[in-house]
Amino acid sequence: MRIDFIMVNRTLVVILEGELDHHTCVEIRQTVDREYQKKRAKNLLFDFASINFMDSSGIGMLMGRYRSVAICGGEVGLFNVSPEAERILAMSGIHKLMRTYTSKEEAIQALA
Amino acid sequence: MPKKNSMQIQFSSNSSNESFARVAVAAFVSQLDPTMEDLYDIKMAVSEAVTNSIIHGYENREDGQICIKCAYEDELVSIEVIDKGKGISDIEEAMTALYTTSIDEERAGLGFTVMQSMMDEVQVFSEVENGTTVKMKKSLGVE
Ligand SMILES: Nc1ncnc2c1ncn2[C@@H]1O[C@H](COP(=O)(O)OP(=O)(O)OP(=O)(O)O)[C@@H](O)[C@H]1O
Ligand SMILES: [Mg+2]
Repeated sequence: MRIDFIMVNRTLVVILEGELDHHTCVEIRQTVDREYQKKRAKNLLFDFASINFMDSSGIGMLMGRYRSVAICGGEVGLFNVSPEAERILAMSGIHKLMRTYTSKEEAIQALA
Repeated sequence: MPKKNSMQIQFSSNSSNESFARVAVAAFVSQLDPTMEDLYDIKMAVSEAVTNSIIHGYENREDGQICIKCAYEDELVSIEVIDKGKGISDIEEAMTALYTTSIDEERAGLGFTVMQSMMDEVQVFSEVENGTTVKMKKSLGVE
């Protein structure tokens, strides 16, 4: 699992590369929360372009990030979501809590 | 000629084996030349069942053993995920969507729901203190 960050305004963009399962979500959770605090970010934006697998642990990880970001008045967004990942996102009803954007630019603008 | 084959693997309840289990089952099922979508569905279902054995059955201890039995006959694939962990007292309740016993662990309670939607058939056998077996079936290439 590779995790990279870019800070744009007050949005922390999280670029994930690999598979989202229980094993990798433990690491993602710790790394993302630490960076979010360090950068004093408001919003979290996940780039899913290089996610080639996701199960319900990924949903739990996203819901957990939503809860902590909402406390700080921020929002969580996703972009570059594959049709496979979209199936489980839709099944979970998580779209009520976070939006999927078509591009990074659109997301950054909406979250600003 | 009917296609018929089976395999069995056993591994420790270490979370790094979640991806190993998915890949191992997918490699075996690949002998049937499945669609990418069917293969992805099977990987999801295996991942959910193995993760449940690790976090619920063995409560994140790494000294447990998980066994996967996988077989196919023509286009019908059957997969069993077996643990000797703490078991489930109320299976029906456990299989309800959004039900989870891990309240402080960021779990969605979706594992069984995902297994049921990815596979044609999901059966759960469990005995408290004695472990859980999840049996799943899927016919390849059927919508
Ligand atoms: N192998 C198992 N051993 C013991 N209990 C289990 C096992 N599998 C499932 N359970 C119980 O069934 C409940 C529901 O499982 P399910 O996979 O649907 O949700 P979850 O694992 O809690 O959350 P998610 O799968 O979304 O991360 C679990 O919370 C747990 O209490
Ligand atoms: Mg589960």
